[in-house]
Amino acid sequence: MLTLTGVGKRYPTGDRALDDIQLSLPKGQVMALIGPSGAGKSTLIRCVNRLVEPTQGSIRLEGTELTTLSGNRLRHARRSMGMIFQEYALVDRLTVMENVLSGQLGYVGFWRSFLRRYPTEAVAEAFRLLERVGLPHAIDKRADALSGGQRQRVGIARALLQSPKLLLVDEPTASLDPKTSRQIMRLIRELCAERELAAIINIHDVALAQQFADRIVGLRAGQIVFDGQPSELTSDILTTIYGEEEWDTSPEPVEEVESIEEIGHHHGQRPYATPRPLTGLASGGAR
Amino acid sequence: MPVSTSPQGTPLWQRRTTRAQWLQYAAWMMGMSLFLLCWKVISDNTMWVFVEDAGRQGSDLISRMLPPRWEYASVLWKPMWDTLNIATLGTALGIMMAFPVAFLAARNTTPHPLVRSVALTIIVSSRSINSLIWAMLLVTILGPGVLAGIIAIALRSIGFVGKLLYEAIEEIHPTPVEAISATGASRLQIMNYGVLPQVMPAFAGISVYRWDINIRESTVLGLVGAGGIGLQLNASINSLAWNQVSVIFVMIFVTVLVSEWVSARVRHAII
Repeated sequence: MLTLTGVGKRYPTGDRALDDIQLSLPKGQVMALIGPSGAGKSTLIRCVNRLVEPTQGSIRLEGTELTTLSGNRLRHARRSMGMIFQEYALVDRLTVMENVLSGQLGYVGFWRSFLRRYPTEAVAEAFRLLERVGLPHAIDKRADALSGGQRQRVGIARALLQSPKLLLVDEPTASLDPKTSRQIMRLIRELCAERELAAIINIHDVALAQQFADRIVGLRAGQIVFDGQPSELTSDILTTIYGEEEWDTSPEPVEEVESIEEIGHHHGQRPYATPRPLTGLASGGAR
Repeated sequence: MPVSTSPQGTPLWQRRTTRAQWLQYAAWMMGMSLFLLCWKVISDNTMWVFVEDAGRQGSDLISRMLPPRWEYASVLWKPMWDTLNIATLGTALGIMMAFPVAFLAARNTTPHPLVRSVALTIIVSSRSINSLIWAMLLVTILGPGVLAGIIAIALRSIGFVGKLLYEAIEEIHPTPVEAISATGASRLQIMNYGVLPQVMPAFAGISVYRWDINIRESTVLGLVGAGGIGLQLNASINSLAWNQVSVIFVMIFVTVLVSEWVSARVRHAII
């Protein structure tokens, strides 16, 4: 459904953020994109909806070449790509309902949106979505009155109101606590299944990626260094992606997931959050 | 950051190197000398004969002002009302013109760098001319009266409101704007949903602040014939009616006090 061929991005400063990316995403697949900070994850998903302009290569969404679109045709293409952000990117001074309805902006004209006169079906869909993400009570609240997890749910509802075919998700859980992170990832996962959406999820938390994604792609310095099943992700591969680290201190990821489901108070404790011996820290810098 | 080692081997740290420290002393010395030199030049050019009886002249003036001729206030209500109208209508007109100019001048919302430089030129030329001078020009063009005052205040306000607003626009959070763009929104929709809600508190605060300044400025516009209470002030000073001047002073003082209070309350309510 989404195909990236030879996509590259060089910033005006000369930094090469992406280098010859080949990627193909079938309908309904949830793909996690992992990699160290600065590897180009954010640049990659922003190249897809052209918030960042790729400098080479081709990106096709269901047969439409995205890299050459401009003006109205770009706006129309963006409608079918919902985006979810790390810091939620809600407009704080607008109400929850206005934030969700802003997902319709690509479909309605300026004056309708200015006067907040959205089509009845869009408003009905917004109510359904708020119900679905668990915020039916918060419609009239201002976005800045919500907690982090609630704000991310509003962000998800906004993205879904675009009736997208593809979700671009940028670090959805980086500002959330472990329990909320899981809930949000589970929600995204379920919604993708319900609506047969493909998704690219940038994520730092490898355990979450393994639990909730169908496929994992590892990015390092702008290049794809791993592409496979979550179960294929071994310590060696993590080292290829992130560099040398004592990955072994984490318990086996699959077990970790199950044990967390059972033991309530251990919710979401991350494998690499276990304290390491002080000597390890001291030698870390010298490596 | 100069770091050195003491004879005992403990590392030492000073804020500046010795050289930088001496340079700083020298700079202070030069600054002080310049100040004293200027002081001397001014002192040489002052006619001390006039300054020596300043106390007597001052007290003479005050004695002429007192007691104020309170009956004169009855003539002042109309010009005071004009003054308030000049300030309020002028501010409203200025804000209306400044609003689009600010969006064209802000780096993140301007359609083109060329448009941006035009908008910046408008802002700078409006700011560089005092409203009193704008009023003088406009009285020549439009003839004396309230209209010239309103337009003078409006023209001066464009620069002030425009500059502060475009700076506020440049400081907004970029991610909500990104998110709104990602939905497929048009440029105007992005302004309306992504930018405007973020600058609204700043915009309201700037406008009320400018209104407050404009009340003070419009009290003097009458000096050049642009309407308002300044006309009466000018007439009273020319006819040496100092006990009327003091009434006008009291009136301006009370008005400014009230406007400050109102603008403080409004700003508090918005932010």
